[in-house]
Amino acid sequence: MNAFDPGRIRADFPILSERPYGKPLIYFDNAASSQKPKSVIDAITEYYSHSNANIHRGVHYLSQKASEAYDAVRVALKDFLNAPSEDEIVFVRGTTEAVNLVAATFGRTHVQAGDEVLISAMEHHSNIVPWQMLCEEKGAKLRVIPIDDHGQLRLDQVDNLITERTRIVSLVHVSNSLGTINPVKEVIRLAHAKGVPVFVDGAQSTAHFQVDVQDLDADFFAFSGHKILGPTGIGVLYGKRALLESMPPYQGGGEMIRSVSFERTTYNDIPLRFEAGTPNIAGVIALGEALRYWESIDRDTAVQWENTLLAHATVALQGISGVQLIGTAAEKASVLSFVIDEVNALDAGMYLDTKGIAVRTGHHCTEPVMHRFGIPGTIRASFMFYNTLEEIDEFVNHLHGAIRLLRPLNA
Amino acid sequence: MEAIEQEIIDDFALFDTWEDKYQYIIELGQKLPVFNPEFKTDDYRIKGCQSSVWLDASYSDGRIVFYADSDSTFVKGEIALLMKVLSGRTPQEILDAKLEFIDSIGLRQHMAVTRANGLNAMVKQMKAYALAHSAN
Ligand SMILES: Cc1ncc(COP(=O)(O)O)c(C=O)c1O
Repeated sequence: MNAFDPGRIRADFPILSERPYGKPLIYFDNAASSQKPKSVIDAITEYYSHSNANIHRGVHYLSQKASEAYDAVRVALKDFLNAPSEDEIVFVRGTTEAVNLVAATFGRTHVQAGDEVLISAMEHHSNIVPWQMLCEEKGAKLRVIPIDDHGQLRLDQVDNLITERTRIVSLVHVSNSLGTINPVKEVIRLAHAKGVPVFVDGAQSTAHFQVDVQDLDADFFAFSGHKILGPTGIGVLYGKRALLESMPPYQGGGEMIRSVSFERTTYNDIPLRFEAGTPNIAGVIALGEALRYWESIDRDTAVQWENTLLAHATVALQGISGVQLIGTAAEKASVLSFVIDEVNALDAGMYLDTKGIAVRTGHHCTEPVMHRFGIPGTIRASFMFYNTLEEIDEFVNHLHGAIRLLRPLNA
Repeated sequence: MEAIEQEIIDDFALFDTWEDKYQYIIELGQKLPVFNPEFKTDDYRIKGCQSSVWLDASYSDGRIVFYADSDSTFVKGEIALLMKVLSGRTPQEILDAKLEFIDSIGLRQHMAVTRANGLNAMVKQMKAYALAHSAN
């Protein structure tokens, strides 16, 4: 069998048989959050039914069981990212918290007045605002790598933009509003040539292809569990050991300390130093189940299938008069953003919703991208390996219906 | 006012599909008088709608006339429908309006909650104008 079999895969995802407004669900909002296989959903129930206890503190049976399951996921994540050690895997709430953590710890200690933080013009707000807050606090400057008309990073400008004042580069791996896959490895090489570390926002990449943080030589890499078939509220920050060890704690509390007295507190080693308080144990364990699911499918074939879906949808949309794709990079992953002449994106989204089709409309938390293209927002269809060509055809059909209804009459 | 609401309900009963209903609403929206672009500012923007909705009102001879616009074709149509019922009324009539026709014509069951919120926010803002003038 050379084609991926979404039919078999779809049976693993209970929500895909939902029928909004009595119509079969077509879920094309995967970039916002992926759906979960039954095994992940069951892992949460299983944990609360049979293992629930606080971890790393109890001597009793349940606490041991929960701690073992929790710790095993850190090791699985090390393998998922091909990190050198599980000590370099920090549990966070999601990508947003990872950026905030690094900005507040590494950033606060390394960025001073007059220094620079370099990001790109296609960052998600969560990879803009924490750096902006840091720069404001420190009197530092946020600089931006521009993008071209296809939504591709201007790689030719990167070297010039990394100056002797640049303290960190933070770059999205795959753009959530354009679909562009950025040449992060190349940017990291350029930055390292000048001794500057790089943070990679992997919120959209990890769901679509295998990531190897050592091959990229990324200094920090972050992603959210909910976008890779896992639950919400749990994410991962990978950081190189030397960097993590040099960083002060993020929040204070239990777990992150070695000993506490009123005179003096000493902090725990990495990664626990960054994990104050009782963590999201159920979330971690369910994320571990999501990783197991990824291992159970053939990732190369899944990637190929998603590329087939993207190509099919791209050609179909290009055939509709008045549709303009936003984000036409040579290297793209699973995101199709577009606008329609004289049709408001929100209206089109609302129309599609009535047909059971879930897309996203608006700026997708990347307002600067919208400004760059001079538009208020786009309609975004984003695919996952469980989507089908038939769903795309249905979507395109209804898009015609939306245009028929919504385009001004005597235009 | 109830007569107008009943008229709308009767009109909508003629349509088979919600697309036909919306086709009608959209046409109503397109017939709205042009909204002065100078008033498309945050001061006139209704919060609580995902789309941009601007609302202005004038008051004379004891009646309130509404002017509104939206970047959403659907929402503009809904505004037009509301205006049919509420524009040119006295503040008290506007405050008393129950707007039951919205539920009767089945506008809400086809679209997700955020939409209903938008409509509610619009009604709320129209009633706020009415309240301001009824206090005079
Ligand atoms: C590229 C990118 N970065 C960061 C985020 C933020 O992720 P989260 O909301 O899970 O923290 C997202 C999610 O929308 C994203 O797409």
